[in-house]
Amino acid sequence: MSDPRDPAAGGADAQEPEIHEQTPSEHDGPSSTADADVAIEASGAVATGPAAPTQASASASATPTATTPADAEVEPPSRWHTTLHQIATGNAIISVLAVLLALVVGAIMIAFTDEKVQEASVYFFARPGDTFIAIWESVSGAYTALFQGSIYNFNRDTFAAGIRPLTETLTFATPLIAGGLGVGLAFRVGMFNIGGRGQMLIAASVAGWIGFGVDLPWGLHMLVALVGGLLGGALWAGIAGLLKARTGAHEVIVTIMLNYVAFYLVSWMLRTPGLLQAPGSSNPKTPPMKETAIFPSLLGPQYNLHFGFILVVGATVLVWWILSRSSLGFKFRAVGENPNAARVAGINVKSMYVYAMLIAGALLGLAGVSQVLGTVTTGFTAGIDAGIGFDAITVALLGRSTPWGIFVAGILFGAFKAGGFSMQAAEGVPVEIVLVVQSLIVLFIAAPPLVRTIFRLPDPAATTRRPRPIVTKEVKAK
Amino acid sequence: MSQTVQQTPAADVPALATTVVTSWKAPIAFAAFTLIALALAVFAPREGDTTFRLVDAKDVIQINSITTPAMPTLWVVIVLLALATGYSAYLVSTKRRVPLWLIVVFAVLFMTGFLTWAAAGATIPVIGLLFGSLSLAVPLIFGSLSGVISERVGVVNIAIEGQLLAGAFTSALVASLTGLPIAGLVAAMVAGMLVSFVLAAFSIKYFVDQVIVGVVLNVLVTGLTSFFYSQVLVPNAAQLNTPPRFDRLPIPVLSDIPIIGPVLFRQTLVVYLMYIAVALVYVGLFHTKWGLRLRAVGEHPQAADTVGIKVNRTRFWNVALAGAIAGLGGTFFTIGSGIAFNKEMTAGAGFIALAAVIFGQWDPIKATLAALLFGFASNLQNTLSVIGSPVPSEFMLMLPYLVTIFAVAGLVGKVRGPAAAGKPYIKS
Repeated sequence: MSDPRDPAAGGADAQEPEIHEQTPSEHDGPSSTADADVAIEASGAVATGPAAPTQASASASATPTATTPADAEVEPPSRWHTTLHQIATGNAIISVLAVLLALVVGAIMIAFTDEKVQEASVYFFARPGDTFIAIWESVSGAYTALFQGSIYNFNRDTFAAGIRPLTETLTFATPLIAGGLGVGLAFRVGMFNIGGRGQMLIAASVAGWIGFGVDLPWGLHMLVALVGGLLGGALWAGIAGLLKARTGAHEVIVTIMLNYVAFYLVSWMLRTPGLLQAPGSSNPKTPPMKETAIFPSLLGPQYNLHFGFILVVGATVLVWWILSRSSLGFKFRAVGENPNAARVAGINVKSMYVYAMLIAGALLGLAGVSQVLGTVTTGFTAGIDAGIGFDAITVALLGRSTPWGIFVAGILFGAFKAGGFSMQAAEGVPVEIVLVVQSLIVLFIAAPPLVRTIFRLPDPAATTRRPRPIVTKEVKAK
Repeated sequence: MSQTVQQTPAADVPALATTVVTSWKAPIAFAAFTLIALALAVFAPREGDTTFRLVDAKDVIQINSITTPAMPTLWVVIVLLALATGYSAYLVSTKRRVPLWLIVVFAVLFMTGFLTWAAAGATIPVIGLLFGSLSLAVPLIFGSLSGVISERVGVVNIAIEGQLLAGAFTSALVASLTGLPIAGLVAAMVAGMLVSFVLAAFSIKYFVDQVIVGVVLNVLVTGLTSFFYSQVLVPNAAQLNTPPRFDRLPIPVLSDIPIIGPVLFRQTLVVYLMYIAVALVYVGLFHTKWGLRLRAVGEHPQAADTVGIKVNRTRFWNVALAGAIAGLGGTFFTIGSGIAFNKEMTAGAGFIALAAVIFGQWDPIKATLAALLFGFASNLQNTLSVIGSPVPSEFMLMLPYLVTIFAVAGLVGKVRGPAAAGKPYIKS
């Protein structure tokens, strides 16, 4: 296969050219924020995350005046029309509709496989109402459980208890964001890092070993374990970067292979006394982490949210800074866009590959460390990565490989994960439905024309096209 | 590690200065493996004899098992390995390529030496080892053929895992419902093709990045099959998830050939289809009009379009074909082995197949060989854990992956895929 192209660039190609016209629509929720970021990155403007809405609104308010002189002969469309058109063709609406579509497909799957619906559908033509009631009950029950498991549980008496699902969402999001940043950063350099699993496992093992096997004072212990984990992940990913730089070995193969190597290596260490196995136990599991190494919880002991989330926010800022403010990030993006051009411009492409993989591995290492020192502190097994290394790829794709996009995508997926488990517990809907919905969201967001066709939205290219034919025809006729 | 040698132009032909690129990778890799063998012999010597059992008890033609003393054999092998290393170094120093046969001979020698060392004092059932390797390689081979076709036509196929899984799920379901394995086979092809349709539609019509679509499709198929497995198959396991299995079909004369017969010709229909598929894809790709067009579209779509080949249509249908082939490979997991479907039962086989595609340099035969290597290495671990090897089983399981990294970094190096793979063709 060829070098996987930068999805951000690919996405921008597929996106409409006039991204500047994006209106800050009133849709709340993660997707619209993600969208603001996408727009910023895609348009090439270097803007900060918080500044995004103001920029977008400035450009949006400027557009009517900007477009009118271009087609002076044509009657300028009314302001309402322009605004509505911008909302209908903007990125935000696509994101919202993509989530909606994915949820609809999920609802269909839930309804079709629900036993009560199946029973009622046997006598559908005699009493169709029963079927619809059964469908409504199964779907609304599932999605209510999803909401209550991920955002706010109205069945609790106090606000403190009701808000707990939201903190669970953030806890689940923590490693997803860190991992997504790692995969996304590699994407920006034109590399496809499928090795998240291995990098997380190695990082978790190093951090875990320091966490339970070393005695250090509070704070320092945590820091040493964290740094050790990050180094472990970075070095593991660095193997792939180094081999790509030195021998041209394809990073997709090497990272996939390193996943398996790491898994078996960690499995072996987990069952070998004296390495990672808990003393006096025959299970392939480590002893619990020492109190001095565990990440402190952020909101008190009744919530699971831990210090790792702060680290991940910091990592997001750091990656944003690296990519859009540092010269290293500029080189990264240059190599990602076109390695040949970058080489001609005097950038050392090979060392960029190594640096990018080192940073990406450290970020995935952060995901592994936050699992070991934050989420599962009672000792871990070889399944500590919990598929996050692969989920991170989807997160990075949904976030279009931009730091803040990944942050929001990670929280969205964290919400699905937290809600999915409570949906399974409450309604018996298998948690895998979340995978389907997640992947459909990414698919639909990646293909705006499809969403537009389904909802019969206007094509954003339509406005620029409309006035033009009259002029060109006359010119051609002469 | 590679060096560019500027051949000094001879005095009488000054105009033709040719550049010969030779690579020291192969000799260096050879030397590394020789040293590994040497290290085994020096630091971990093992006593006893090793027996290679070459026949099943019920075979018509009986050959005696070969018994060799472990350490002397290993030493002989080490000498031979050193000779091969020296020969390859000689070839490279005289600016010639290291031929493929030398690499194969080297690999076989090394494996023989390693097996004699690892199984000292025990018996290795050679037939069982090879038979199992081939079986384990079947889905990988189908998957890598799918990858080869799809990428040769210009669509990166990361969705092999999804196609295999879809094939496994559908074949189990349909074969259980109908009681006919062959119906499951057809259904699996259709399912793989459906996954391909999504890949093709999104990447060709909507120009979505092919890597994105592939990765997402894997997640989607995993989610769908796991969801329906939990919701539908588990409650009705008796009707929906008890697939019949393909019977072994020994081919009359061929199956009596010693060693080769029992390994290659006492297999199921799926395996025979695999032989046919490999041959057809190879001949088709390189010796037919279809293959030429396919490769043209993958290498230079503009040029192909100029001569009148419908680029996007060619891509669409060939990607669909690739999906059908991978779906066929998925049947191995369920009706090919008579196992009920389970969540995520392909367990990363699609990614290994992807590695085999790149390892095999987008060539159906080489990709098949790479897939066989993976199958062999996985099965070697099974065999050695049965006879009790000195190496922890995790390290044996790691071996195929380590060998791949070595091979990709050492032998293959920078590979070049089809030029237009991954790029949507937007006709302007």
